[in-house]
Amino acid sequence: MNKEFKQGIKDGIPIALGYFAVSFSLGIMAIKGGISVFQSGLMSLTNVTSAGQFAGIKIIIAAGTIVEMIMTQFIINLRYALMSLSLSQKLVEGTTLWQRLIIAFANTDEIFAVAMAHTKNVTFPYMLGLQSLPVFGWTLGTVLGCIAAELMPKSVSVAMSVALYGMFIAIVFPVAKKSKPVLFVAAVAVLISCLLFYVPFLSFISDGIGIIISTVIAAALGAFIFPVKEGGKE
Amino acid sequence: MIYVYIATMAITTYLIRMLPLVVFKNKIENRFIKSFLYYVPYACLMAMTFPAILYATDNMLTAFIGTIVAIILSLLNCGLVVVAIAACLAVFIASLIL
Repeated sequence: MNKEFKQGIKDGIPIALGYFAVSFSLGIMAIKGGISVFQSGLMSLTNVTSAGQFAGIKIIIAAGTIVEMIMTQFIINLRYALMSLSLSQKLVEGTTLWQRLIIAFANTDEIFAVAMAHTKNVTFPYMLGLQSLPVFGWTLGTVLGCIAAELMPKSVSVAMSVALYGMFIAIVFPVAKKSKPVLFVAAVAVLISCLLFYVPFLSFISDGIGIIISTVIAAALGAFIFPVKEGGKE
Repeated sequence: MIYVYIATMAITTYLIRMLPLVVFKNKIENRFIKSFLYYVPYACLMAMTFPAILYATDNMLTAFIGTIVAIILSLLNCGLVVVAIAACLAVFIASLIL
């Protein structure tokens, strides 16, 4: 086996384990929302995105429109455009179009972070190795979550429904603790999201659109008041 | 219909990931856009979490306890999986007691 591929597989193991745990609760959420085991597994295999699938499942449950689905996925997953852009600078020279088309498929937050932290420029076999176990873990976790949801007592599956939110908190709060601009953006997003939820005459706005509105206003305000310095950090 | 939703999600997400890797070979220079993209994940994750997390369980008090545990452990840099599992455990234990 290719040495680069092997190294990629090895670096992907911790990501795959984390994904398994998180996608397990995503599976519980999907099956509770009336999405079948097969459909949930297919969604995880073809999307490989926690926040995007989470919002997508909510839209499916609420029977939202396709336009709403596209807009929500676009805004939530917009960060991947930036990551793909950075990753394109990290690929070894001579990476072909076909290889780029395949690498793009599972460029998730964690895979991107590991690829960027790699000491050398990354090769196609390395990326393929790095992505394969996490995609497998993500899909398997979803399917097993769906199946387990039917078997486990209700109190356990109810408790597991906070897992994804817990992960989201664990992504944002440590950064917000150190960075005032991120704290500001996070606080504005929560404020707008709560306004849309609690103010009676705004409650016609659906979950998906509410996420878009909150995200765009908070991120734009942050970019306006605290523009990031060269090099990416604020 | 669910397959249409899934296909829509998959295609939209793939295009976002694929186009910058294939089409644009130069860097984004606009500072506002760069800043905006930097802040998007934080804004979007928080908008999805609050206030939704408080209604994730069938009891607002257990959800609140789970939220507090998640916030405290994440401020202690406990890592994604540990925080997620601890929040679930907190909700579960709270639901047994309450």
